[in-house]
Amino acid sequence: MKRVAYCELRGGAGFRLVLAALGLVMGLGLASAWVMEHYGHVVTGMDNQVVWGAPHVFAVFLIVAASGALNVASVGSVFDRALYKPMARLSALLAIALLVGGLAVLVLDLGRPERLVVAMTSYNFRSIFAWNIFLYTGFLALAVAYLIVMMGRGLGGLAKPVGLIAFLWRLLLTTGTGSIFGWLVAREAYDAAVMAPLFIAMSLAFGTAIFILLLAALVWASGRVPDTALLVRLGRLMGIFVAAVLYFVAVQHLTNLYAAEHAGLERFLLVNGGVYPLLFWTVQVGLGSVVPLGLVLLWRPHSPWVPMLAAALVIVGGFAQVYVTIIGGQAYPLELIPGRQVSSSFGDGSIAAYTPSMPEVGLGLGGVALALVVVLIGVRALRILPENLTGDQAEVAAAPDARILHP
Amino acid sequence: MCVRHLFAVLVVGLAAILGEASLAQDTKQVPTAGRTPVPLPAKGKGEQCVAPVEWMRRNHMTALEHQRDRTVREGIRTRQFSLKGCIECHAVPGANGRPVGVADARHFCRTCHDYAAVKLDCFECHASRPAEAAQRAGRIDVQKDVAELARYLEGLER
Amino acid sequence: MSGDVRGQAPCGCDAGAGEARPSAEEANAAGIHSARRWFLKSAAAFTTVALAPGVTLMALTGGASPSAARPPSQPASSGQRWGLLIDASRCPEGCSACVSACSQENGWKGTGHPRTDAQWIRKLTVRDPKSSVTRSVPMMCQHCASPPCVDVCPTGASFKRADGIVLVDKHICIGCRYCMMACPYKARSFIHEPLTDQLAHAPRGKGTVESCTLCVHRVDEGRTPACVEACIGAGHGAMMFGDLNDPQSEIAKRVATLATRQIRADLGLDPGVRYQNL
Repeated sequence: MKRVAYCELRGGAGFRLVLAALGLVMGLGLASAWVMEHYGHVVTGMDNQVVWGAPHVFAVFLIVAASGALNVASVGSVFDRALYKPMARLSALLAIALLVGGLAVLVLDLGRPERLVVAMTSYNFRSIFAWNIFLYTGFLALAVAYLIVMMGRGLGGLAKPVGLIAFLWRLLLTTGTGSIFGWLVAREAYDAAVMAPLFIAMSLAFGTAIFILLLAALVWASGRVPDTALLVRLGRLMGIFVAAVLYFVAVQHLTNLYAAEHAGLERFLLVNGGVYPLLFWTVQVGLGSVVPLGLVLLWRPHSPWVPMLAAALVIVGGFAQVYVTIIGGQAYPLELIPGRQVSSSFGDGSIAAYTPSMPEVGLGLGGVALALVVVLIGVRALRILPENLTGDQAEVAAAPDARILHP
Repeated sequence: MCVRHLFAVLVVGLAAILGEASLAQDTKQVPTAGRTPVPLPAKGKGEQCVAPVEWMRRNHMTALEHQRDRTVREGIRTRQFSLKGCIECHAVPGANGRPVGVADARHFCRTCHDYAAVKLDCFECHASRPAEAAQRAGRIDVQKDVAELARYLEGLER
Repeated sequence: MSGDVRGQAPCGCDAGAGEARPSAEEANAAGIHSARRWFLKSAAAFTTVALAPGVTLMALTGGASPSAARPPSQPASSGQRWGLLIDASRCPEGCSACVSACSQENGWKGTGHPRTDAQWIRKLTVRDPKSSVTRSVPMMCQHCASPPCVDVCPTGASFKRADGIVLVDKHICIGCRYCMMACPYKARSFIHEPLTDQLAHAPRGKGTVESCTLCVHRVDEGRTPACVEACIGAGHGAMMFGDLNDPQSEIAKRVATLATRQIRADLGLDPGVRYQNL
């Protein structure tokens, strides 16, 4: 019988160098936040029409991906797939890291970030945003608990129930995040129930994509070669999620296209809206969905690079999707008086221009760096990484249950 | 010999500092230029504060917070603990005779808050000096009123 | 959506996107009559002003002021619902008296960054694409009975006062801007840069969201919002302020008799600002 042994990632010059580089980016992020706080949001590209900008693109991407990153652990614990169990710890750690990174960006973009304590003590329970505060903190707590029961001596029996709660919780979490947009009755681009399942599908696709790249990088960093079969399997799993995202995106746009009242918005997002249709068709749909689908589902590659390339494309496409959703949806003007053309000195009736500014992008990248730093410190300090990973079914069958086998 | 001398100087110096500090506590009349600075907020207008001074020193923030919620949320605009009232009563005139704003270290609130190193958040939004008389009244001046009346009546006849 | 315009035409004969002419004329006629009564009452107040300006200056619109001053210790009452009625046919395209009055009253002004500057009230040009007929009306917070901004605010900073005025409690606003995402009227502005020398009765500061307060500080004193006062002062009388809950108030009488409409009535938010002849 084969044991799954876990070990810490060994440090060294390379590790320290990567950590230092990430620290630099985090510093840039903090500096950006300080600039935005000190001078006000006038230094950003955001204004009274596009009120949520690049920081929200980063934050939503990271938060949504956090929920999806836990998927590998869920597949292992909840759905009893032995192949995925050795990777469950890394999956939980990545979920925590991405959520911390995303929340940091969200909080540092607030107009009054120093009032975070107000957001933690004063709640309006009619607000889905307030509910999300609980969903996010609850998810963090659950992911930490999950990690503890997977790693603690004699706690292995709890992995399944805790994993199940975490699984259900993250469905709620992405439903909540999607509903932040889905329940915006005033804005044509949102106001749709499909936002919730769409965000769930997005979370699964983005989270798995990030997991694939991170896993391969960490295996390499520990001096081994990633198992091609394993990455291909993960890639195909990701492919199913990418297809689901495409499906929900199609439903969303077809529903809008059917209603004559939304024709203007759809023309803007899909045809003549400048950067938004470009991003939608080439990056989100083309590079980010169709190409990776072809790479992982149609092709049986014998190289770990193929699923990795597909994962990278899904991440790029995902960013484009969140950008088009958040920024494109706000750039299109509100329908103030249906059937009439309106204009004013406040941008009514006209398309808003938005260009992300340095501080916004810096803050967003800082959040990404923070997430990666949390992962690196986690794998360095804790026994997260399995010593041996394979996608070979025979070997996996020999080691059916990671939780009873760990040292 | 030399060491003993040094020690004596230290003792005398220390005694002086402590003595002055205790003196300051006793009398509350020590000028700010003294060796131990104490806050000396300017006296407000009128006979007395809206509550006993000792109580206000400890509780003004709580009173202001309650008042703020009652005013913003319910529209209760009693004067006793209104920030506007504090600002009007405790205005400190500057060089040009106009009351100083919070940017000036002589500002009533700042004298103590600087001393205690407690951040003052109120004046990021609130006016830190009394409104000008015309603005306080919030009404348009008489000349303009009459002109407007004329225009208004003309409009009526049309 | 044009359905609700048609729905308010008593004869139901409005066939297209054009104005509901017969009902609009009726509405105008009724409006002029009651407006005249209202104006005459105001004129009495003005005489008082001229006779003893220093003493009764606060009666600028006092005679016509629909709100009586509330004792300062009394909270706002849910028995009242403050609202505005805006007559588009009386609002000239070039006039922005209401906008400048609001700006002056509440201290919001250009900072040299028009892209991010706050606008509590703005003039909206509304054009019928078929007839090219245009109307000009002021647009501001509509003080909804079911305000989406209040629903979405995570901290409860966005709230509706008992008397229907929708406000931001800037003390607990964290500047997340979700209310701006939720508002169908684009009525809210975020303060994008540090401010100094705010007015004593209109606190506002960087990093929080703000919007029209219906001049709550004036309403609590029994006075009329600055925009309405300026509109009367400019001789247009296109704006009327009053208690929609009081059947005896001029505004309630008009709302009960004229074809008025709410903007985005389809959303069911029941705004306290109503328009006629739009």
